[in-house]
Amino acid sequence: MAKGKYDLRVYPGFRAITLLCLVILYSPLIVVMVYSFNASPSITNWEGLSLRWYADVFTGPESAKFKSAARNSFVIALIAATVATTIATLSATAILRGGKFRLRTLSFGLISLPLMVPEIVTAVATLIFFNAIGFDRGLLTILLAHIAFCIPFAYLPISARMQGIEATYEQAAMDLYATRRQAFTRVLLPLMAPGIVSGFILAFIVSLDDFIITNFVKGAGVETLPTAIFGAVKQGIKPNIMAISTMLLGVSVVMVTLSWLISRKDRKT
Amino acid sequence: MTRKTNDAIEVRNAVKRYGTFTALKQVSLTISDNEFFTLLGPSGCGKTTLLRMIAGFEDVTEGGIFLFGEEIEGLPPHKRPINTVFQNYALFPHMTVLDNVGFGLEMLGKSKSEARKRAGEVLEMVQLSQFSARKPSQLSGGQQQRVALARALAPRPKVLLLDEPLSALDLKLRKAMQIELKHLQKETGITFIFVTHDQEEALTMSDRVAVMSAGEVQQLGDAREIYERPRNMFVADFIGETNLLEVTVDQIDAGRAACHLGGGHRLTCDAVDGIGAGARVHMSLRPERLFLSSAPTESESLKARVRENIFIGTDISTILDLDDGPEFRVRASNSSRGTSRVFEPGTEVFVNMERGAARLLVD
Repeated sequence: MAKGKYDLRVYPGFRAITLLCLVILYSPLIVVMVYSFNASPSITNWEGLSLRWYADVFTGPESAKFKSAARNSFVIALIAATVATTIATLSATAILRGGKFRLRTLSFGLISLPLMVPEIVTAVATLIFFNAIGFDRGLLTILLAHIAFCIPFAYLPISARMQGIEATYEQAAMDLYATRRQAFTRVLLPLMAPGIVSGFILAFIVSLDDFIITNFVKGAGVETLPTAIFGAVKQGIKPNIMAISTMLLGVSVVMVTLSWLISRKDRKT
Repeated sequence: MTRKTNDAIEVRNAVKRYGTFTALKQVSLTISDNEFFTLLGPSGCGKTTLLRMIAGFEDVTEGGIFLFGEEIEGLPPHKRPINTVFQNYALFPHMTVLDNVGFGLEMLGKSKSEARKRAGEVLEMVQLSQFSARKPSQLSGGQQQRVALARALAPRPKVLLLDEPLSALDLKLRKAMQIELKHLQKETGITFIFVTHDQEEALTMSDRVAVMSAGEVQQLGDAREIYERPRNMFVADFIGETNLLEVTVDQIDAGRAACHLGGGHRLTCDAVDGIGAGARVHMSLRPERLFLSSAPTESESLKARVRENIFIGTDISTILDLDDGPEFRVRASNSSRGTSRVFEPGTEVFVNMERGAARLLVD
């Protein structure tokens, strides 16, 4: 960084404030991670390093519940992210490459708006919607709700990427005898790939850790990881919850890193 | 209405309107097979619009476009045997150089191996064989430019369109590419339609040039014709350096027009259709076809005073003030013959002209 007049570091307390922010952001996470390796059944007393709570998650009395919840979560996240990414890719193509059409600005607004709506409102509305059309609550309702709220998350990185791709690439393809469809599949889609992957990963993570909407639309006895964890916590926090949380955090970190690596590799070539 | 002709492209009364804005007003021109044709004009003159209409990226509001006598208006770009070299090259960044060049052939239904074989041949032609496996981003600007050229030539189009392809290159490379392009055109026998705002580039390479401005073709002809016999103010001013003088035509006699300008100076030059006696028009005088002397060499030498000499390398440009008249520029080549005609500032001199140096212009 240039040591200019506008270097932020010249301001008094810069280091202290930065440090404070980092501590506030990360200390709870670190506490959870560290205590997930605690040998003690207490969540506050440290009694030495152990993997017993990780073992407990997979073999303990609650393992069946957690396993089925985890399976539900991953299956829903996978399908919801896939469908949402597909819809988002098509929408971005229509909005950014479909020329000027009526209601184009409105379309863009309608796609991004759900990001600004309080989640509880979406949750209530989705629940009312399912009731109104007489849908039985269960896995399918969770999946449909997740697809719906994942679309804007997938749309953002995809459209950002597409905006950076000049239209001349497709024109060059069509000039070289490619049909519109071939120009899309052979040129635009590969160029958009990093955006699509980011969109997919973002949608996957958002779906994986959604609690509010899921809790409203899930049927009795159907759990995803977040709702299962919430249910377990109601009976008191046990260290196995910390183990699950740490694993969930691990999945998120891996996916975000993956997304970052892909976009970085793309920038290099 | 299909008829075979030798004209590669005919643009017939083409008009292009965007809403209320007219980008092209009734343009008609024919481009022969195997011709290096240039559309020259400042930005916004409609040259790129015309090129994009020929490529199929813009539709024609009125009129038609014909390729070897066949109407192509309405055909999408991928159905026209016409390829384009884009201004920013638009090389596909995710494909290797070889796959970029082979793309058109593959889209035409050739097998991958066949496309690659032909792509290799074309890359050889532009001396880039050793870069086949690279990605476009690993090449220099000049190399990317040649890949773009190879990619557009590989499917053997009937017409090649070039949209200011040299504008991003530095001067030396641009000059080298101008000659390479010209050779490539002769070698392949493909009709080239080249768009540029650089008049020197246009004059260097083209068989014929269409000078465009404000959505119209101002003049169409070969380089000499356009440079030496500009039809109107715009062409004279846009192409090369010139002195534009306001003159009044006194009389026309035997194809010569006798004119006078302010300060009582008299000049005679070739008469031009459409300009009669009494007309107040502009006259173009090319600075390099004028020379200075200390005594009048002919009856119509103009008396002037040297204001400043400017050294431009190959030439020396002299700025003069005409007695009771406008500022004036004369160019002499930087050689022993030329510099003998350079005078110190403040000297009174006479401006003499070669026959044909003066040209009357339609406004």
